[in-house]
Amino acid sequence: MNLKDITLGQFFPGNSFLHRLDPRMKLLGLICYLVALFLAQWFVTYGVMLLLLVWGCAVAHIRAKTLLGGMKPVIFLLIFTAVLNMFYTPGTPLVSFWIFTITYEGILHAFFMVVRIMMLICATFLLTYTTSPLSLTDGLESLLSPLNRVRVPVHELAMIMSIALRFIPTLIEETDKIMCAQRARGADFDSGGLIRKAKALIPLLVPLFISSFRRADELATAMECRCYHGGQGRTRMRELRLRPSDWLFLAAMIVVAVAIGVLGQSGL
Amino acid sequence: MTPIIQTKQLTHIYSPGTPFEHAALKGIDLTVDPGEYLAIIGRTGSGKSTLIQHLNGLLRPTSGQVLFDGEDIWSSKERTRQVRFQVGLVFQYPEYQLFEETVYRDIAFGPTNMGLSPDEVDHRVRQAARFVGLEDHTLEQSPFDLSGGQKRRVAIAGVIAMEPKVLILDEPTAGLDPAGAAQILGNIRAYHREKHAAIILVSHSMSEVAREAQRLVVFREGTIPYSGTPQEVFSHGAELEGMGLGVPEMTQVFARLRAMGYSVPASVYTVEQARDAILLARKGVQG
Amino acid sequence: MTEPILRTQDLTFRYTTAEGVAPTVLDCVNLTIEPGAFVAVLGHNGSGKSTFAKHLNAILLPSGGRVYVDGMDTTDEALLLDIRRTVGMVFQNPDNQIVASVVEEDVAFAPENLGVPSAEIRRRVDEALEAVGMTEYARHAPHLLSGGQKQRVAIAGVLAMRPRCIVLDEPTAMLDPVGRREVLDTICTLNQELGMTVVLITHHMDEAARAQRLVVMDNGRVVKDGPPAQVFQDVVGLRRLGLEVPDSVALMYELRQAGLDVPLDVLTPEDCARAVAQILPH
Repeated sequence: MNLKDITLGQFFPGNSFLHRLDPRMKLLGLICYLVALFLAQWFVTYGVMLLLLVWGCAVAHIRAKTLLGGMKPVIFLLIFTAVLNMFYTPGTPLVSFWIFTITYEGILHAFFMVVRIMMLICATFLLTYTTSPLSLTDGLESLLSPLNRVRVPVHELAMIMSIALRFIPTLIEETDKIMCAQRARGADFDSGGLIRKAKALIPLLVPLFISSFRRADELATAMECRCYHGGQGRTRMRELRLRPSDWLFLAAMIVVAVAIGVLGQSGL
Repeated sequence: MTPIIQTKQLTHIYSPGTPFEHAALKGIDLTVDPGEYLAIIGRTGSGKSTLIQHLNGLLRPTSGQVLFDGEDIWSSKERTRQVRFQVGLVFQYPEYQLFEETVYRDIAFGPTNMGLSPDEVDHRVRQAARFVGLEDHTLEQSPFDLSGGQKRRVAIAGVIAMEPKVLILDEPTAGLDPAGAAQILGNIRAYHREKHAAIILVSHSMSEVAREAQRLVVFREGTIPYSGTPQEVFSHGAELEGMGLGVPEMTQVFARLRAMGYSVPASVYTVEQARDAILLARKGVQG
Repeated sequence: MTEPILRTQDLTFRYTTAEGVAPTVLDCVNLTIEPGAFVAVLGHNGSGKSTFAKHLNAILLPSGGRVYVDGMDTTDEALLLDIRRTVGMVFQNPDNQIVASVVEEDVAFAPENLGVPSAEIRRRVDEALEAVGMTEYARHAPHLLSGGQKQRVAIAGVLAMRPRCIVLDEPTAMLDPVGRREVLDTICTLNQELGMTVVLITHHMDEAARAQRLVVMDNGRVVKDGPPAQVFQDVVGLRRLGLEVPDSVALMYELRQAGLDVPLDVLTPEDCARAVAQILPH
């Protein structure tokens, strides 16, 4: 496995409507979408949800292939859900063998369940694909700021998140380097049983920990030198400012959620 | 004489077939003789780091061959593993790879991986420690309690303890003060002299490679535009400067003197050579 | 007379360790640095030069004596932010001082901390990037830049505070020759064109030669202080301190040893070639 192939918090830069939306509204919009997804019942409501997703992809110029590619890690979960729903939904039996019975309702239920999970994941990906990690953190910080009153250190948490994002590539590079250096001294990370493999990681993990602590220490000093003293009195270069289009987007998403709820109630 | 290391049309392409595709080495033919002291110079990203990782089998060529002692290092899995011990590679800032509780155990990591007997490991650790000037009591200390320069010497000893026939060092003096740098270069010379090992020194410092190495190899964008003795390479002073490689200060001084119309040699690169050349030029007139 | 931008008065510093042993790192350092000066501080590893640098913006506080930044005592906690915005600090490893994952966001970090209004931050960020020649990289990710470029971003991050003085602790130690030249040229521009006071901690003699004033430290004390041309004349003394002189000076020294009458105060290859030309037959 090549460590450089791992992509975390992937973001595709662009300038589409979705890219330009305020990150807070995108987050709230996503919540509306997820709520609607759970209120959806039958083909009509699911169809509307799917249309919305397709519209989002088209607007953001993200290909369905890219989106579905991100599904790979959850394939197992999807199959598991499908099987479970297929066998454990009571109704009109279609096929029956040994102690298992597959029902007509079971198949439909499994289908909707899988579609629901897939759309849920796709919608979340659509958010991270169109929002830079930095503005996502900003958005979260701003949305959660009321929690400050109940002494949740929102600014600190957001700062931790953005520093983690900043250092992921640096640490991946460093891991690669230390691995190479130990391999040059005959270390073997690939063969042997689980215990041997775990033991072989010590020459990698110890230097990595030590260097991370050193980095953290130096970074803290550098931040102090640049007058960092917590979130108090801090301003931002890019203030988040809501435009009418942002409000419009949120209003539309709320309408969608309510409408899906009503339609779902009437069994559509 | 069989070269200890030879590369034949060595090419390496990173991330082939993606938009990030990048050829780091383009058909490199390089020969290293046993016991030779070679230096590789080039800008960051010129391909020198990629090259040295091929020489001990950490990277696999996209095309072309790497021979050690006349035989392809990829001919079998066991062969590759053996070559890794024969061609010792010291990475940049090697002190960051230390991990054991004591200096002794860290130096012993390589020899132990080779499967040597405990007695042989002990012998090699002590010998390697001597090469880099570590005292006996230091061996029982934690490597993390040492100074930066000492840590680096422990890391180098960890590679020397495998007694490689070729010792490759990537920027071994980076970030050290002049005294620390001089000490490490001295350690490398001692290993070269006593073990008759071939040395490959990768460096940015022109005056350093000019003083230490018998032969220089210049890298530029995955190719070797110049190689030869320091005199030969530094006669391309203007081109080297154009490539973003500083030439030694003395070479610059003598280039200026020649531009002013004095007939002084073009191949001067150390202070001693400069002094002798000036004294000789004066004597020529008086005598 | 103008107030010195930096002044240390009997500055002494000891580390307190768990065992209670307190080795002295700085020993009665008295230095005064005038606004607009370009001072290089030389010394081998462990001479105390980095510890000294960390006292100049209250990252460390003296165990004895005082440090004044533009007249402000660094032990006065109420003045901490004022001191740090007056004296900016750049460190050796550029990777460990860049906070954000976009260049311009990183440069904005300090003014954001200082509560500067957004429009003004934008202006400062653009100016700072311009000053270090990194404008075209404003939207880039720092980890994809070269070492020299990263270090220039780090300098821009400090400039955005509009400091009067910038202290650089071995800023080129991890860079290749091209990166070193980029960073050094940037530093010289700041000093010459913006009148910024520069304190450059280094062990590269050729870098020290570009300063107006050279301070040599050993064992926590200032052992030499003067213009580079004058300090470098003591070839033997510097070598005893584990330091080297530039090759040009070393050549002059060798020629003098051989009985020739040449000046020792040559700093650049040009000066050296001119001096040699004087003694060569045409």
